[in-house]
Amino acid sequence: MAGLTAEEAQAIALSLKVALVATAVSLPFAVAIAHVLARRSFPGKQVLNGVVHLPLVLPPVVTGYLLLLSFGRHAPVGAFLYDTLGITFIFRWTGAALAAGVMGFPLMVRAIRLAIEAVDPKLEQAAATLGASRVAVFATVTLPLILPGIVAGAILGFARGLSEFGATITFVSNIPGETRTLPLAIYSELQIPGGDAAALRLVVISTVLAMAALILSEIVGTRVARRIAGA
Amino acid sequence: MSLSVSISHAFAGFALRADFETTGLTVLFGRSGSGKTTIVNAVAGLLRPDRGRIAVGGHVLCDTAAGVWLPPYRRRVGYVFQEGRLFPHMTVRQNLTYGRRFGPRAAPLPDVDAVVEMLGIGALLTRRPGALSGGEKARVAIGRALLSGPELLLMDEPLAALDAARKEEILPYLERLRDETRVPILYVSHSVAEVARLATTVVLIEAGRVVQAGPAVEVLADPAAAHAIGLAEAGAVIEARLAAQEADGLTRLATSAGSLLLPRIAAPKGTIFRVRIHANDVILSRARPEGLSALNILPGTIEAIRLGEGPGALVQLRSGHDLILARLTRRSVEALGLQPGMACHAVLKSVAVGRGDVGAA
Repeated sequence: MAGLTAEEAQAIALSLKVALVATAVSLPFAVAIAHVLARRSFPGKQVLNGVVHLPLVLPPVVTGYLLLLSFGRHAPVGAFLYDTLGITFIFRWTGAALAAGVMGFPLMVRAIRLAIEAVDPKLEQAAATLGASRVAVFATVTLPLILPGIVAGAILGFARGLSEFGATITFVSNIPGETRTLPLAIYSELQIPGGDAAALRLVVISTVLAMAALILSEIVGTRVARRIAGA
Repeated sequence: MSLSVSISHAFAGFALRADFETTGLTVLFGRSGSGKTTIVNAVAGLLRPDRGRIAVGGHVLCDTAAGVWLPPYRRRVGYVFQEGRLFPHMTVRQNLTYGRRFGPRAAPLPDVDAVVEMLGIGALLTRRPGALSGGEKARVAIGRALLSGPELLLMDEPLAALDAARKEEILPYLERLRDETRVPILYVSHSVAEVARLATTVVLIEAGRVVQAGPAVEVLADPAAAHAIGLAEAGAVIEARLAAQEADGLTRLATSAGSLLLPRIAAPKGTIFRVRIHANDVILSRARPEGLSALNILPGTIEAIRLGEGPGALVQLRSGHDLILARLTRRSVEALGLQPGMACHAVLKSVAVGRGDVGAA
């Protein structure tokens, strides 16, 4: 990209990678949780709903600190993941992706849950009487019908991942080339005397990326919706 | 194959208790809220009854005493819902073949082309449900259920959402379904016209109870059942064979009681029909009437008389081996001195029998 320094290009590429991985990995979980919240009733449903929405209402710093407490190398979940899968989060881009995923998760769940609630359960019943098991009903009826909601949720989550700052800097710090995503790079430039011009360039790039994501979500969403509603 | 249902289920403020065993096309008849759909949903596995047993042939779908409960997808019942419930994201062809991918099955699946042909939906296969008319949707929904290879077809008022012309368009397909497939059909309706056209067996439901169950020709001609059916709609169904097309535009039908002249029915000679004779349209005469404009005079013997609480009365007449129901006033019954066993003549105007009253037998 013309006019970009190596660090700026690195920050942009890292941001896209972090947001993409965060979205891709959390999407199946978001669909599963949204389905449970939309279609099942069980004791503790409100608690689950609350936990899912916590990152939306907590200060991001608190979320980042909670991630540090659970996913640090010596923390319970972090140690387990390192021992079994060899994944480390702390001070790595994977940690930035985890933070982005957690922060975007409630937005994804909300969009997908709305889509699932809009699917008439009578269609799912009809599929069951035609011989489809629960899994088959979900794969052949529910999933295709909620595709617009999934696309909308994924793009919202992606945009949220691109803009993630507080939880990331708290959890994985601000390491150039590893965890310094666009918002962190802007913050770093602003800390340097005379860095305003560089910060402004990054601000413009962030804005363009966010707008592109939103416009893309509108286009894909309406196209998928039209294909499904079909005529 | 026969369907046997024996269930009880309690809702808030409503208790359902249904016991019946049937074959062929069985119409569950009753007012809205009488519990018909609940019975069908229990058979489909969409509602779990408190107690009871449901079996198709030897295949037990539900037996609360033995702890048997098959989920809907393992029951092999084809359910045609009142609103169609076609999958909006699939083409008509994908909708039709949806149930065929789920096995395993004991019997071979019905042929797609044959069912498409029977229902007349060949031109719709590449369309989406959103682009279909109400009548087309209803036919596709019937085809989808049928093509899944069901052991039993359930139909919950499949015609209720359609206007009279569309109903008339679908009824012949349902008659063919009844006559050409050996799948038992449980059909929910609150329309006497549909009962008269389609039913081989009728189960009358009132406030969650089965008040009468039996062959359609007997139940429809039973004065005791007329109240549950609705007095204004009551009327027997008789079987008739097309004998001749008359030169003046009438059609002569042969029945066990004698010949019946009706407005032209476009069908070949020898076709067997079910003709619905509205009880309101029948006049009784003790002597054979002379100098009367009505063309149809069927001799018979009075089988039963039921006096209503108001001024009305219902008389059941056996004419040949068919039964005819007549709705009179108590005053006429007394004036004529009508008694069971008495010979009598039923008089019927030709034009009283409408096109919708004549169906395939």
